[in-house]
Amino acid sequence: MIKNIFGIAGTALNAQVIRMNTTASNLANAGTVSPTEAEAYRAKRPVFKALVEQADVNRGFDALGGVKVKEIVDDSAPVRKVHDPGNPEADKDGFIFLSNVNEVTEMVEMMAASRSYQNNVEVVTTARQLMMRTLDITKA
Amino acid sequence: MKLLDNPFGIHEQALSVKNRRMEMIAGNIANADTPHFKARDLDFKKILAAENPSPMAATNTRHFEAGEMENPGGVVYRVPYNAAVDGNTVEISVEQAKYGEAAADYQATLRFLESRVSGIRKALKGE
Repeated sequence: MIKNIFGIAGTALNAQVIRMNTTASNLANAGTVSPTEAEAYRAKRPVFKALVEQADVNRGFDALGGVKVKEIVDDSAPVRKVHDPGNPEADKDGFIFLSNVNEVTEMVEMMAASRSYQNNVEVVTTARQLMMRTLDITKA
Repeated sequence: MKLLDNPFGIHEQALSVKNRRMEMIAGNIANADTPHFKARDLDFKKILAAENPSPMAATNTRHFEAGEMENPGGVVYRVPYNAAVDGNTVEISVEQAKYGEAAADYQATLRFLESRVSGIRKALKGE
């Protein structure tokens, strides 16, 4: 059925929205300050995984459909340690720990997510038009 | 009545195969950012060949039976122009082009079906 296409594209739209949300969260926390290295904010990255319908696993690999967010991992880039004794969050040596968010990377990520989102909207639009034409077949 | 026995011929099944292809390409586009995902496609020729069994008939008692058709589902992996470092082989521009092609194929089959419907209607009316 053509409606499966709506489902597949729907999972992708959902995954891309989660990606945009993590990016927004990263940008919002770009200036977050912490007193310890462990507490410092680290950029979040969603990891996508192809979705296999559990009921259709026996049908073989052609049952593969949409996508889901498998997990959200922390960026492994080092956090910045800055000497700022006047900061209320500074530790006893006067150091604070900034987040490891790179604004440029986040902007690129945001654009990539929105482009992928648009691609899937396009898929839905085409599928909807074809579905409408299929319904009109009896009028021929 | 022969006219109404199988009014849509091959186009009925062709429509579902073309729909399956669109689904598969939609899946590729959905997984454009999934690590290790391999883009797949349907090979219409292979599916058609599987419907019409192979010409390897056992015409002699000493002939072996020909085995199952290789890959009757017709699912093939796309060969990428430039694979990504994360193992993903979806190239979004290629997939968009293929999706457009699949949609056009689907519409062509729809057109054939429409002409069958209008043909039968005309015949029944006797105009």
